[in-house]
Amino acid sequence: MSETANQKPQWAMVIDLDRCTGCEACVVACKVENNIPSSEEGSSRGRSINWIRIERYFEGEFPDVRVKFRPVLCQHCEEAPCEPVCPVYATYHTEEGLNAQVYNRCVGTRYCANNCPYSVRFFNFFAPHWDAPLDKALNPEVSIRTTGVMEKCTFCIQRIRKGEEKARDENRAVRDGDVVPACVGSCPTRAMYFGNIADPESEVSRLSRSNRAERLFEDLGTKPRVIYLSKQD
Amino acid sequence: MSVALKHEGEHEAHHQELSPLRRPLIEGRKTYGDVTTDICSLMERKPGGLWWAAFITSLTIFLAGAIATTYTVTTGIGTWGLNKTVGWAFDITNFVFWIGIGHAGTFISAILFLFNQKWRTSVNRSAEAMTLIAVMCAGIFPIIHMGRPWLFYWVLPYPNQRGSLWVNFRSPLLWDFFAISTYFIISAVFWYLGLVPDLATARDRIRSKWRHALYRVMSLGWNGSNRTWSRYETVYLILAALATPLVLSVHSIVSFDFATSVIPGWHSTIFPPYFVAGAVFSGFAMVMTLMILVRKLMKLEAYITPQHLENMCKVTLLTGSIVTVAYLTEAFIGFYSGNPNEMFVIINRAMGPYSWAYWTMVTCNAIVPQFFWFKKARTSIPMIFVLSILINVGMWFERFVIIVTSLHRDFLPSSWAMYTPTVTEIVIMLGSFGLFFTLFLLFLRIFPVISMNEVKGVLHYARD
Repeated sequence: MSETANQKPQWAMVIDLDRCTGCEACVVACKVENNIPSSEEGSSRGRSINWIRIERYFEGEFPDVRVKFRPVLCQHCEEAPCEPVCPVYATYHTEEGLNAQVYNRCVGTRYCANNCPYSVRFFNFFAPHWDAPLDKALNPEVSIRTTGVMEKCTFCIQRIRKGEEKARDENRAVRDGDVVPACVGSCPTRAMYFGNIADPESEVSRLSRSNRAERLFEDLGTKPRVIYLSKQD
Repeated sequence: MSVALKHEGEHEAHHQELSPLRRPLIEGRKTYGDVTTDICSLMERKPGGLWWAAFITSLTIFLAGAIATTYTVTTGIGTWGLNKTVGWAFDITNFVFWIGIGHAGTFISAILFLFNQKWRTSVNRSAEAMTLIAVMCAGIFPIIHMGRPWLFYWVLPYPNQRGSLWVNFRSPLLWDFFAISTYFIISAVFWYLGLVPDLATARDRIRSKWRHALYRVMSLGWNGSNRTWSRYETVYLILAALATPLVLSVHSIVSFDFATSVIPGWHSTIFPPYFVAGAVFSGFAMVMTLMILVRKLMKLEAYITPQHLENMCKVTLLTGSIVTVAYLTEAFIGFYSGNPNEMFVIINRAMGPYSWAYWTMVTCNAIVPQFFWFKKARTSIPMIFVLSILINVGMWFERFVIIVTSLHRDFLPSSWAMYTPTVTEIVIMLGSFGLFFTLFLLFLRIFPVISMNEVKGVLHYARD
């Protein structure tokens, strides 16, 4: 058992951009897992909700083009710009380093989304709607967000809780494989890793020390908990 | 000069500051009785057709805004043109605009009072009323911009049963709540206190029964004794001193909504002074627009003279020039920072998709007030009327430019978006103007438009 047994785990994600093929399996898995409605009208007006999205970057001129993909989700910043601006503490930092959003407390000022450099916070402009039969396929472990509240990636908090409970039942600290968020589990090229970064032996800890590691907009001082690996070229 | 000196020698202290060469503030050699009759008769007689036409128009527009607001609250913020990237636009633009308008009232009534600027007496009453009404209009927007406005009271720090969950004192939106509620309360008390002696005058004259009852209660048993006056003036002075810091604090705090964020174009230390100057600038422009209408329609040309308007033009010129310097500084610092994000914001504002809004702002706020260098512009009433409206248009666009151009180009180009207002938003904005004019028109009929007791102190014959 590692020395972190008595401490709260510190959740982090590592995404290997050199392995990402941009297949968007993570995007679909996230939508299904977290009861995210799809709306044509919302998409056309720039309001579609995607807790994780794939950004495509092109380098060079045709035919000598290189495409790069970058999955972007809530970075669970340690110094999150969204947190201090909320007047009602609807968004706050948990002891496990998660940037949490309390839907029931949110009054919908949208200030957090304005102040998020990564644009990964999503507002419910209308009440959510699922066309039949999708309304019968909702995940009972995830609450549905109502009109007028903000929502965002939770690192699949429902799966984190399950993993933690399992570890507690077995009287041990959480270890790699206990918690697999939907996006990580769905990645066919195994480009995504999730785990406890406070445990120096965990996969995410090891990868975060790689010389390929970087964080998005580190210069803003947000200290993201999502670490990207990419070839330094 | 020699005449003034001679006078000073003869009459000593109480004539020191009054030169016979100086133009009187109130024209037409009014007596005390004339002032009372002129101002009180405006409240006593039945409103004319023009007033009713203006009132019904304003009320209709306000009701349209109320319907659009109800539609938004019941349906969702999706009825507006906002999207994932642009989370604020017309809502907060209108909020900052109206708060800014309010500033001239406090400036005129408190700061000019402390600086002993006697010309304020003709305009302070209606300017303060304008402040109160503008703050009411402003206060609507932070509530209705919420996704769940029926829970707005969660922003208030009141005792509750949610354990340790309270409000977040680190959030500038919470500071806004304190700044605006303080501002409204102090402005309301100050305005009302100034009204008390005049309400007593109205109480003693009015025939209408319910009006008499209203003024009797509101004048708090004012009897005009020396002791009453002495206490009144002490309290008035103290309140003026209390209200003065608010002129600076309120818009500073409103600017913190932007200045404390990480968004390029918002994250700027120049914002507090820049916002305060802009607020006084737009407020004076609105006072001029209103005063030109009021003096004409209510036949108050003898009380609100071109001299008053000229003084206000000078304040507008000064504050407009400060705003211009702020624009230049903002652009300079953007490039001087060497930060590509900051540089991009400046270039995007001037040359990007919203450049039309930026240049409207620059034209109306930086160029238009420069006409007030010329005495001809400062003394031509039609000219002042047009320029003051242009300034208000410009100041509305200033807030629109700050909010929308900073948000619509995010750090990640994948999130770049455009914002177009919907009919609902436009109607809500017009509705706030409807509310403003509805309440202002009611004020013109229910309360003395001009502070009679203060104007009597600056009458022409007082120095004969």
